Amino acid sequence: MRLPEAALVSGFISRGFRGRRRLPEDLAGRVPPGQYVEPGFPVLSAGPTPRIDLAEWRFRVAGLVARPQAWTWEEIRALPPSTFTGDIHCVTKWTKLDTTFTGVSVDTLLDAAEPLPEASHAVASSYGGYTTNLPLDDLSGGKAWVVWEFDGAPLAPEHGGPARLLVPHLYFWKSAKWVMGLRLLDHDAPGFWESLGYHNHGDPWLEERYWSD
Amino acid sequence: MAGRTVLERLTWRLARVVATRAETPRFVSLDLEVPGWPGHLPGQHLDVRLTAEDGYQAQRSYSIASAPAGERVAITVERLDDGEVSPYLAGDLRAGDLLELRGPIGGYFVWEPSLGGPLLLVAGGSGVVPLLAMARHRAATGSQVPTRLLYSSRSAADALARDELDRLARTDGSGFAVTHTFTREQPPGWTGYRRRIDPAMLEEVGWPPAARPLAYVCGPTRMVEAVATTLVELGHDPVRVRTERFGPTGG
Ligand SMILES: Cc1cc2nc3c(=O)[nH]c(=O)nc-3n(C[C@H](O)[C@H](O)[C@H](O)COP(=O)(O)OP(=O)(O)OC[C@H]3O[C@@H](n4cnc5c(N)ncnc54)[C@H](O)[C@@H]3O)c2cc1C
Repeated sequence: MRLPEAALVSGFISRGFRGRRRLPEDLAGRVPPGQYVEPGFPVLSAGPTPRIDLAEWRFRVAGLVARPQAWTWEEIRALPPSTFTGDIHCVTKWTKLDTTFTGVSVDTLLDAAEPLPEASHAVASSYGGYTTNLPLDDLSGGKAWVVWEFDGAPLAPEHGGPARLLVPHLYFWKSAKWVMGLRLLDHDAPGFWESLGYHNHGDPWLEERYWSD
Repeated sequence: MAGRTVLERLTWRLARVVATRAETPRFVSLDLEVPGWPGHLPGQHLDVRLTAEDGYQAQRSYSIASAPAGERVAITVERLDDGEVSPYLAGDLRAGDLLELRGPIGGYFVWEPSLGGPLLLVAGGSGVVPLLAMARHRAATGSQVPTRLLYSSRSAADALARDELDRLARTDGSGFAVTHTFTREQPPGWTGYRRRIDPAMLEEVGWPPAARPLAYVCGPTRMVEAVATTLVELGHDPVRVRTERFGPTGG
């Protein structure tokens, strides 16, 4: 039999495969397509975990804002705290249910910086050189945080500590580890993984994993 | 750099299993023929999707083990007995079966001769797979980039491609060196390392920081964390240390 190119894919059944990680009914609506529930907390990063001195740490909001901001570690932790409880989804197929992260809402940070009307997108940048891009709509309105606690303990360095971005409604690579700032732009500017084949937006419910999805 | 391949559309394709090979008691390689495969770079991976009769699907990622070679692609799967996908790939699939996949994926944890070296490859368990693709491509293209592979396995029987790697290292003037460490069980008369990769081992086996090696570290998360951190502490430039973590499981 000659195989057709990239074809017949719907309807293909893997001979003898039955699947063991079927979701209980009550979770069916919580796990996006192609994901499975992972009890642990895997790590995904492109390089070594950077060492960050808290005395030098800053979080900046710059670019198209009326009042550029730079918070020290003490200053950002003095802002009104905000906690997220819910599920996170990694493009490498795992979903982790019922996580709790504590930090500050990105809304609080943006309010202080006063985005200019033309600001439409942001690039988050990290210690270690990582960047990721997001529409401002995905960062505001209670959808995004800068967090430093996971399940009640300080966020571990390999998970992005001292602080990471948390954008739980998108695939987790958008939740930049070791985050150090947001730059607001009037256009979109693909970040690290987005330039290397990953989807520009990354909605797990639409399975926006790679460029073509 | 890798734009050539990552720009291809990532459609799901049906591949045919050409052969299955038991590499070790726990590792099985699958040789696949993938009509329309756009080609890959060593270090990239592909996604596999299995579908049950009732429509239930499971997806997992597997690194490509083979050097680029037309529409032929090999993966090497470690069987986790309580896993969902790996026992099927490593136990149920037979030559002639079909398998749904898409790729290649990933444009950062890749190496090709034009990136130069010297190369330091550090592997734990199944993490050696993408590094094997690099070593195979390097040999196939006749690259002279000086390369050192440090490979941690539980025992000699668990080490993938041991003969092939030894042969590469014995080839005169190949510039390729391999060092094994067997953490749980050693063959009789073994005089090499018998412990987990640690700073002293990386200093002895790796390149001095002044050589500015390009390092690729792959394996279970904890091992990758420890090795990458150590390399930076030894003075290596963080931007020349590339990592791939296979998740919480593995060697
Ligand atoms: C980029 C990348 C490349 C990779 N390359 C390779 C490769 O070359 N070779 C390779 O062998 N692997 C590779 N992997 C790992 C691979 O994708 C799979 O994770 C691996 O094969 C295990 O899948 P599985 O379905 O068999 O196990 P899973 O069913 O996913 O389980 C994995 C482990 O977690 C435990 N577990 C999972 N869910 C539960 C639960 N609900 N309760 C209790 N325990 C649970 C299981 O006991 C098992 O030990 C790679 C991963 C990535 C991200």
